[in-house]
Amino acid sequence: MQIRLERVGHAYDDFEVMRDITLDIPAGKIVCIVGPSGCGKSTLLRFIGGLERPKSGRVLQIGAPPTASLNPLTYIFQDFALLPWRSVAGNISLVLEDHGIRGAKAKAIIDDVLARTKLTDFAKALPKQLSGGMKQRVAIARALAVNPAVMLMDEPLSALDSQTRELLMDDLIGLWARTPFTAVYVTHNLAEAVRLGHSIVVLSRRPGQIREVMHLETPLEDRHFGDADLEAKQKYLWQLMRDEARAADGELLDV
Amino acid sequence: MSDTLPAATAKAVSFRGGGFAPRPMRWVGVFVFITLIALAEWGTQTGWISSLTLPKPSDVLATFVELYESGLLFKHLAPSLSRLAVGATMGALTGVAVGIMIGLFSHVRAGLVPLVAAIFPIPKIALLPLFVIWFGIGEGSKYALIAFGTFTPTVVATYGAVDNVDRSLIRMGQSFGLSWTSIVRKIVLPGAMPGILSGLRISLAIAIILLVAAEMLGAQYGIGAYILEAGSLYDLERLFAGVVILSLLGVLVSAVIGFLERYLLGWRT
Repeated sequence: MQIRLERVGHAYDDFEVMRDITLDIPAGKIVCIVGPSGCGKSTLLRFIGGLERPKSGRVLQIGAPPTASLNPLTYIFQDFALLPWRSVAGNISLVLEDHGIRGAKAKAIIDDVLARTKLTDFAKALPKQLSGGMKQRVAIARALAVNPAVMLMDEPLSALDSQTRELLMDDLIGLWARTPFTAVYVTHNLAEAVRLGHSIVVLSRRPGQIREVMHLETPLEDRHFGDADLEAKQKYLWQLMRDEARAADGELLDV
Repeated sequence: MSDTLPAATAKAVSFRGGGFAPRPMRWVGVFVFITLIALAEWGTQTGWISSLTLPKPSDVLATFVELYESGLLFKHLAPSLSRLAVGATMGALTGVAVGIMIGLFSHVRAGLVPLVAAIFPIPKIALLPLFVIWFGIGEGSKYALIAFGTFTPTVVATYGAVDNVDRSLIRMGQSFGLSWTSIVRKIVLPGAMPGILSGLRISLAIAIILLVAAEMLGAQYGIGAYILEAGSLYDLERLFAGVVILSLLGVLVSAVIGFLERYLLGWRT
């Protein structure tokens, strides 16, 4: 399944936040969206998953999602969004219950996704007992449990410290290498973008428009921390964004 | 470098953090009770407090024992407890239900919040004659009074609690395609539970207050009736014995809610 954005634009009352965004998200690839704060990256992601409606333009699904997919468009949130009153296994079971998956069948899925995110020993733990990185791994496990066709990641590593972030990036690359998934990855962190993106979409400041789409050919597994080529790409992206970011920082917010 | 400095310039940094973090101290409360009672006993024994001002705690205790031994205690306690249980349960359940509706539906909120605000400040005791006309002099009017008094604070606490449920969790539920009922049952209700329980602390205390009011009319037995009778005879020992029972009831209710909080809200940090 692919996602296509056609001339998507948005405004709050008369306040235009996004203009004319046309973009294809190819199957099996990770598309990173970067841009200065307030450019509407997270709003764009909410459009893709149907949590919000754009004022103009449309978001299209091309092709049917795989039949095994319980929730084709699945989010991973910056703040993890785990229910604090449910255990790790309970949080994953939450998204299966509504599909009538319970008991042994649910347990099999939960065990599988916990194993894939290296959380098997923590199935009974409550979120308050987990570190930030582990909480986000639970959220990733929960997303994997519904077999998404497209993963919508909203700054998934931004609430974590930089060491945890490195570890989780390796985990994400490992997961992708085993079974390539389609993902839209919104971030303000350029290092994450050049590590994880097959292509990187740079948005301008408000009203957000596509400034440039950069394609990275190096396979994900071969990208490493401190890679000179990646550094150069990251530097280039920063050149593109720097003035925008400065101007965006000086604006008053009234949304 | 530091050890080359003259001693006069080296000074320990004064501590200014700490505090603002209450911790449980189990026996202090008991100590306060015992001290106050001991003080009253000592005062009445020595004559420093006249027996008209305050009855002797030991006499109150004797009255209480007498009440217990005559079997009258349970004769009074049983109807009171059943009135409290029925009335408070009705009030709290409808209160939670209405509060959740107000929290979830804009129309209900727009329609009922002003109404609840209008009912809240009415002293429910003033409505007792009305309830007697509506529900009769028997148990009905007593249930209604207690239920009505418990209802309003429960509504206000509940819709406040629903408003405070983390919206990002609700958005998460929607993003995983959870049904509306699942979101309410599995996300909104547990998320509002801390606020609902702390609201119940207040509404159940109000229910105990209203119990006495409810037993003002046409009740032969009941703690409230016992207190009112003792009060009209200026029998301070019996009055105090009754008041102590109400206090104990309050402590008991509070302990039950505390237990529920520990059991249901163990996930809180």
